[in-house]
Amino acid sequence: MIKNISNLGDAAIYCDFGSEVSKKVNHEVIKYFKTLKNKNIKGITNLAPSYNKLIITFDLEIINYKELIEKIHDLKLDETDWNFSNKKIIPICIDEEFALDIDRVSKKTNLNFKEIYKNILSKELYCYMTGFVAGMPFLGDTNKNIWLKRLETPRVKVPKGSVGITEQFCNIYTYESPGGWNIIGNTPVKIFNKNEEENPVLIKPGDSVQFYEITKKEFNKIKE
Amino acid sequence: MSIKVIRPGLNTTFQDRGRSNFYHIGIPFSGAMDTRNFLITNKLVGNDLNDAVLEFALQGPKLKINENNINCVVTGNVDFTVKKNSKIYKGDCYKTFSLNTDDEIDIISTNNSMYGYFAISGGFKLEKKWNSYSTHLKSKLGPNNGNKIIEHDNLQLNRNQKPVNKKEINYVNSKIEFIRVIKGTNFDYFSSKSHKSFLDSQYQVTNLTDRMGMRLEGDKLENIKSENIKSEGLIKGAIQVPPDGKPIIMLSDHGTIGGYPKIAVIISADYDKIVQLPPLSKIKFKMIDIKDAEKIFRLYSMETKNILDQI
Repeated sequence: MIKNISNLGDAAIYCDFGSEVSKKVNHEVIKYFKTLKNKNIKGITNLAPSYNKLIITFDLEIINYKELIEKIHDLKLDETDWNFSNKKIIPICIDEEFALDIDRVSKKTNLNFKEIYKNILSKELYCYMTGFVAGMPFLGDTNKNIWLKRLETPRVKVPKGSVGITEQFCNIYTYESPGGWNIIGNTPVKIFNKNEEENPVLIKPGDSVQFYEITKKEFNKIKE
Repeated sequence: MSIKVIRPGLNTTFQDRGRSNFYHIGIPFSGAMDTRNFLITNKLVGNDLNDAVLEFALQGPKLKINENNINCVVTGNVDFTVKKNSKIYKGDCYKTFSLNTDDEIDIISTNNSMYGYFAISGGFKLEKKWNSYSTHLKSKLGPNNGNKIIEHDNLQLNRNQKPVNKKEINYVNSKIEFIRVIKGTNFDYFSSKSHKSFLDSQYQVTNLTDRMGMRLEGDKLENIKSENIKSEGLIKGAIQVPPDGKPIIMLSDHGTIGGYPKIAVIISADYDKIVQLPPLSKIKFKMIDIKDAEKIFRLYSMETKNILDQI
């Protein structure tokens, strides 16, 4: 449930679902997000769900924060069977060409390469949110023995498709972009496709992701 | 029916009022940075108020016309010249003018400001992408395959170039003394000394400013609680403070998720003004409450309407 709602500036409201980051809390965020998306409330211009927050922007010509907060308080969640069991199988190539930070991860975690990848490949990860850049999924939680901090100095260019880990999270760079996550592999699969307006994002909040290892040859074949 | 790009300028893109409803997959609003000037531009050339215009930053494009009787306009604080029959004339902003085949327009620079706009009656021939003509460079979304215009591009024009009356308006882009803000959700993460610095000292716009954000230089803001928050949504106008203590203002093309505390948010009515501040400008913030912010927005919005009604 929403613990607190406040304004964020004069044209957005900030719904706080509590400080805990868990699937359970995130399911609540997603339920509110989906219900609001279906309701199409006049004046709402954007919805930004994250681990434990939902930010809603609105057109100040049409509605103000007070009216919108009231609507959120009165909101009845859609009565449907909320489905959080979509599973996406994503190939990952861990060739040294792609695993840019595997030495660092190994040093920081005191695990050898094999053990690190066993941790990644053996666990189903949950997608909490997508964003920062288009379609980038924020996945978690990884096993505790591979938790580590971001790079001290972020990379200016992280290659597209890179799979990175930081703290209990894992993400996939959908575009070449700057970034500070520890890169351990690369996926040839298109996670974001701007030409699919109806369904541009492969991994959605609430989905689960299972990585499986592929060779460089298979990587290049999928990439074609 | 086209215009040839002789020189593209530094960052020239097609923009309309922006793209809603895609924050949740990582796509920000984008759209013309200075909404008021954008609306004035379209009104002056008789186009739909949300039609696409060319937005340029600092240095604008140089364009050659391949068609007769093109009615166009430049807005902002902009120095530009027009070449007609080998003669060069200085151009006036906010005043429509016509161009014919082989004429050229050279948008030299914005003057003590960031953004300017160029539009033609009847509009550019473009396709909407995801419900908008706005270009978002980062996700390569929008007209021109989501890219800036480049040298040798041929910008296509709509065929129905309707005859329109010459129009002009006397508009002055006023400077404001203060940028007004509302407390952010993490205001209390900062020391009282930092609250004082934020509100009493001056900040300077650095060179690290673009359509995504604006980095400021000035008194370091000291976070006494936690330097990172759990990553969450961002909005345009939010002021984030990373561990180095230097504020970053999120602008129209911002990343949609961020993990730095938000000390404040710029009020909607001052957004058009802040985006126009070029590097080295000085900023002073002033904290107001949300009731006042709403009142100021209503006045600003009414003023915009009045300006448009005069055209």
